[in-house]
Amino acid sequence: MKLALKLAYRNLIGAGLRTWLNVIVLSFSFVIIIWLKGVLMGWDYQAKTDMKQWQIAEGQWWHEAYDPFDPLSIQDSHAELPNTITPLLEEGLTEPMLFVQASIFPEGRMQSVILKGIRPEQQLFRIPSIQLDTISEELPALIGHMMAKSCRLKKGDIVTIRWRDANGTFDARDVVIAGVFASNVPAIENAQVYIPLAELQKMTLLTNQATIISFSDEKLLKDPPTSWLSKDKAFLTKQVDEMIKTKSSGQTVMYIILLFLAMLAIFDTQVLSIFRRQKEIGTYIALGYTRRQVVGLFTIEGSMHAVFAAFVGALYGVPFLSWQAKAGWTMPIDTSEFGMAIAQTLYPMYSLSLVFTTVFIVLLTTAIVSYLPSRKIAKMNPTEALRGKLQ
Amino acid sequence: MKEEIIIRISQLIKRFPVGKDEFTALNGIDLEFYKAEFAGLIGPSGSGKTTLLNIIGSLDVPSKGLVEVLGYSIGHLSAKEAAQLRKEKIGFIFQSYNLLAVHTVYENIEFPLLLLNIPSKERHKMVMDALEWVGLNDKMNSKPPQLSGGQSQRVAIARAMVKRPSLVLADEPTANLDAANSHHIIQTMQKLNQELGTTFIFATHDEKVISYLRRKVYLLDGKVDKDDFVVDLNGTKS
Repeated sequence: MKLALKLAYRNLIGAGLRTWLNVIVLSFSFVIIIWLKGVLMGWDYQAKTDMKQWQIAEGQWWHEAYDPFDPLSIQDSHAELPNTITPLLEEGLTEPMLFVQASIFPEGRMQSVILKGIRPEQQLFRIPSIQLDTISEELPALIGHMMAKSCRLKKGDIVTIRWRDANGTFDARDVVIAGVFASNVPAIENAQVYIPLAELQKMTLLTNQATIISFSDEKLLKDPPTSWLSKDKAFLTKQVDEMIKTKSSGQTVMYIILLFLAMLAIFDTQVLSIFRRQKEIGTYIALGYTRRQVVGLFTIEGSMHAVFAAFVGALYGVPFLSWQAKAGWTMPIDTSEFGMAIAQTLYPMYSLSLVFTTVFIVLLTTAIVSYLPSRKIAKMNPTEALRGKLQ
Repeated sequence: MKEEIIIRISQLIKRFPVGKDEFTALNGIDLEFYKAEFAGLIGPSGSGKTTLLNIIGSLDVPSKGLVEVLGYSIGHLSAKEAAQLRKEKIGFIFQSYNLLAVHTVYENIEFPLLLLNIPSKERHKMVMDALEWVGLNDKMNSKPPQLSGGQSQRVAIARAMVKRPSLVLADEPTANLDAANSHHIIQTMQKLNQELGTTFIFATHDEKVISYLRRKVYLLDGKVDKDDFVVDLNGTKS
């Protein structure tokens, strides 16, 4: 094995430019696969971090009737805040929110929205709820930039909202847009208007009631009281996981194409080597190699392209990938239209397992592709190979 | 002293398929070769010289008959055993040198020793000795494409001899060389034969080579036509 490695190394170095062309093509596969995977990992991390900071904290209790995919469920999704919550609330470890279906009338148009009651002093989420802590005649409201864009609203605008109270009675009043915030989480922006929790409770006659309660520590999620269901972070980010999984499958096609191109070069080199180096093959056999050992030598030689490629890839890949991790990759189109938690600039993240798995897969594929044409050697007649006669 | 037989060939037949038919390259060869012989298989193209050499070198197997080389029955060796025999006991010299082009002269000569797992220090000494034999010490770092034909063949001789094999098989070793180089090459091999007692068997039709041989086995149409020994004054074959 040691000798085969030594020989393979000498043969590859001796082959000069042909080797380096293959190695460079293969190194692209390494770097691009790691980069693409890194972007997905970075996205996964960013999406989950953004969701945690803007939407779900470390977990939530949902009112048992609450179903985010069924707007009709919101009507009945509220209950009194459990007594156990009060001390946590004072310490800022938990944050209740009340959801109510409503309509908004920007520029005379009617649009369905969800009114979300949030405490202005809360610090669990990055939503700038402090902007709701104003003294004005109109009710202050916060909206996300996507909502502002779709309703053509801006800070200071006054807009009418209409809702139904606990008894089903319609009521309406004007709100003033106290602030417009931007996040990477569409789920907290689209068709949502944030107003002070106490005001919403008053407006809907749902005193001290909430739809969801978010926690700063997953340990606090345990043992929800009656009417409340505990939803951990894994559950709340399931959609992101599924989305990443779907994207990952899509990327696999890309990897296959990349690897296919690189492998085509290796396969071509191997076929050409076996075609052109018949005399050499015969010589190895005459000097004491078995045909199987020559097959092994050619397989190692082909596979060594991947080892060289890993080093060459590292030469330019490490600076490139490090720079990308710092500078990020800014998407050429507006990501807020995507409808998912995705930042405009994604920062790729790389792990050791990602690098090793990629190296392993490329090495394995190269070894297989190197072996396949080399099998022909096992059928060669050494006496004809020695004369360089094509077989 | 009784001469030691190292190759025994009996009723050797070798056939090759040619389309649907068969071509008989060797047809009932009976021969014996002795230790330290400097012998040649002589004959025109197609007479079966190379085929016989390949079978002796365990690169090919007989279709029929017995070929025993250094105590091994060629027809009954596994691929691994045949490779082992070649690796340890047989050196090859080819018409077109068959040097490994990407390796230096030193590495080419070192190769058979690497296969034998000889320790580095000993290996170095053996390679340097071999280079000394063929007078190519100054070319040890050159690569085959940088050498002349004569130099290349001397490297091939050094590669064949470096492991001190019992038997060296040389297939038309001077076919690509001019007269001066041919003489030089054959004299080098003659010297090694005399100094190290290595058996040399050539396949050739080159008169320059033939003139140096102490035994000439003439082949014609796959059969031994004539077997000429140079006989010493005291009556022993040499």
